[in-house]
Amino acid sequence: MTGERAISVREAITEALAGEMRRDPRVFLMGEDVAGGAGRDAEGLTEAWGGAFAEYKGLYKEFGAERVLDTPISEMGYLGAAVGAAITGMRPVAELMFADFIGVCLDQLMNQAAFARYMSGGRVNVPMTLLTHVGAGVGMAAQHSKMLYSFFTHIPGLKVVAPSSAYHAKGLLTAAIRDDDPVVVCVHKLLLGQSEHVPEELYEFPIGKARIARPGRDVTLIGAALTTSVCLKAATALEADGVDAEVVDLLSLSPLDEETVLASVRRTGRAVVVDEGFPRCGLAADVAALISMRAFDDLDGPVKTVTAPHAPVPFSRPLEVAFMPDAAKVRSAALEGL
Amino acid sequence: MTRATVQEGPSGGPSLDELLALYGTMVLIRAFDQRFATLVLKGTFSGTGHLYVGQEAVAAGVCAALGADDYVTSTHRGHGHCLAKGVDPNEMMAELFGKATGTCKGKGGSMHIADFRRGMLGANGIVGAGLPIACGAGLTAKLTRSGRVAVAFFGDGASNIGAFHESLNLAAVWKLPVVFVCENNRYGEATPVEYALSAEHVSDRAAGYRMPGMLADGQDVLDVYAKASDAVAHARAGDGPVLLECETYRYFGHFVGDQGRYRSADEVEWFRSRDCVVRCAEHLKERHGVAEKRLEEIAAEAERRLDDAVAFAESSPLPDTAQIVADVYSEVRR
Repeated sequence: MTGERAISVREAITEALAGEMRRDPRVFLMGEDVAGGAGRDAEGLTEAWGGAFAEYKGLYKEFGAERVLDTPISEMGYLGAAVGAAITGMRPVAELMFADFIGVCLDQLMNQAAFARYMSGGRVNVPMTLLTHVGAGVGMAAQHSKMLYSFFTHIPGLKVVAPSSAYHAKGLLTAAIRDDDPVVVCVHKLLLGQSEHVPEELYEFPIGKARIARPGRDVTLIGAALTTSVCLKAATALEADGVDAEVVDLLSLSPLDEETVLASVRRTGRAVVVDEGFPRCGLAADVAALISMRAFDDLDGPVKTVTAPHAPVPFSRPLEVAFMPDAAKVRSAALEGL
Repeated sequence: MTRATVQEGPSGGPSLDELLALYGTMVLIRAFDQRFATLVLKGTFSGTGHLYVGQEAVAAGVCAALGADDYVTSTHRGHGHCLAKGVDPNEMMAELFGKATGTCKGKGGSMHIADFRRGMLGANGIVGAGLPIACGAGLTAKLTRSGRVAVAFFGDGASNIGAFHESLNLAAVWKLPVVFVCENNRYGEATPVEYALSAEHVSDRAAGYRMPGMLADGQDVLDVYAKASDAVAHARAGDGPVLLECETYRYFGHFVGDQGRYRSADEVEWFRSRDCVVRCAEHLKERHGVAEKRLEEIAAEAERRLDDAVAFAESSPLPDTAQIVADVYSEVRR
């Protein structure tokens, strides 16, 4: 083995789940086709899928049908079962294939998982993880492509993380499973195949911590999930303009690492917030407001945002590409602010 | 209108002590909610609530069939379930008053009373939301082989919401130790059951999920107790879920303040003539020779407990406003 093995976000998710399931018998995974071919062990047809995005391959074989639990297409039922299991001592990971499906089961997340602790005066914890897929770019149109992290972040009681790479996917999912609160892990579909060096051992990346993905002096580009890589590409492009951009990768949206964001903007004096979500009441608006309220005196110009338009995600490829933030838009926004 | 017939409990039914306990639970629930209604109408605290008066046999009979470690999920009309599962009346009353000593430190109120030490996983303000949660508690019991059973209480109205159908299917395909207890009190808010329910009985819906469907006279605590005992035994044995419908009636409106103008005085009177507390009292006197004085003592004891509960609530402190942002997360945020 080389010391610098590289694995994909997909494999990082498998490793985090397998590691936590080995370490803690209370952890189990449930969702639609997390194995596939359920009940057909005798015919050798089980684990046909290992998840719609093949992130769970091997888990059924190792842990069996009790801990890798295929559900009926019944999101309200099994998300609620995750809440019930969590408040009675288990640490379930419920998989929601597409975050867009939250529409059929939001009550169990918003009114039950998020509020059970508060409404009981802190007398119960809800240690469940909702592992879900977000974002556009895969040609699946408006009902399978939304970037819904802002939607989850709006709800007190939930924690929300959005890894930008394999290293952070493994560390944040591990931290989410160990957390005593409900954590929504938003995995961008376009990141699943992206690889980088990831340690073999289990580790946590702390929830609530952002990171400086690239240091710079002239402007702070702020991204999350896929838009972190968009910011990094824009930062490279801005070198040709003589602009030294810093990139902040938020990683956690709730709680938000306000201090890392503010410290960066105080150094650079300028900020561009890049968000694949809808523009109204969303992440970009939220972070821009934070900077304006708390670092106004350090700003050398208005905070800029680059977001999706206020429109559903379109299907046709050129429309979908134009819908998403890209490096050119971020570069333009950064240059406008100078 | 479908009217339940009075049915005898099985031979070898509850002992006299068990019967007196069932009676005491029903009397306490009724006294609690009557006291609650008086306090609401006097404007003692903010908000309103949903009275369980008339339905006491269901909570008492079902919870008597459970062990202390078994789980219960409840509804917006949950005071009876809480008391029957052993939640402390002092803490419940303090919660209704919004006091720091309440079951939920004053953050939940009438619709969110929970006591996890007693397997009471929460009343719920969202119709039908407790059923999937009970499935999860049943899943925990199954995965840990604890032998516990989960009961989901819900109304006839909830049997028309998606969460009901998803839960019954999920519990059936996973063979979870869950008993779904429908309290058919004939109204979902102001809408009569015969208007809203496509089936004749909620329990008929069990067939579609290949689980036993049982129908009990929800105004007869002996019938509820007998059938709940069978249902719980079935679930505990690993034979999967059961749907138990209890035909009952709420004597008052949907909430304290609702005049109940969607039903006739004759109808209310007919159901009141079959009152579960009165029928249990008659059974105790006629079959077991219990003296009227003994029953009066039980009622007086319930009133004393409620005097204590109200005194405890009145003398308890209100929560500090710093509590608004406490308990949102499991650890103090930065």
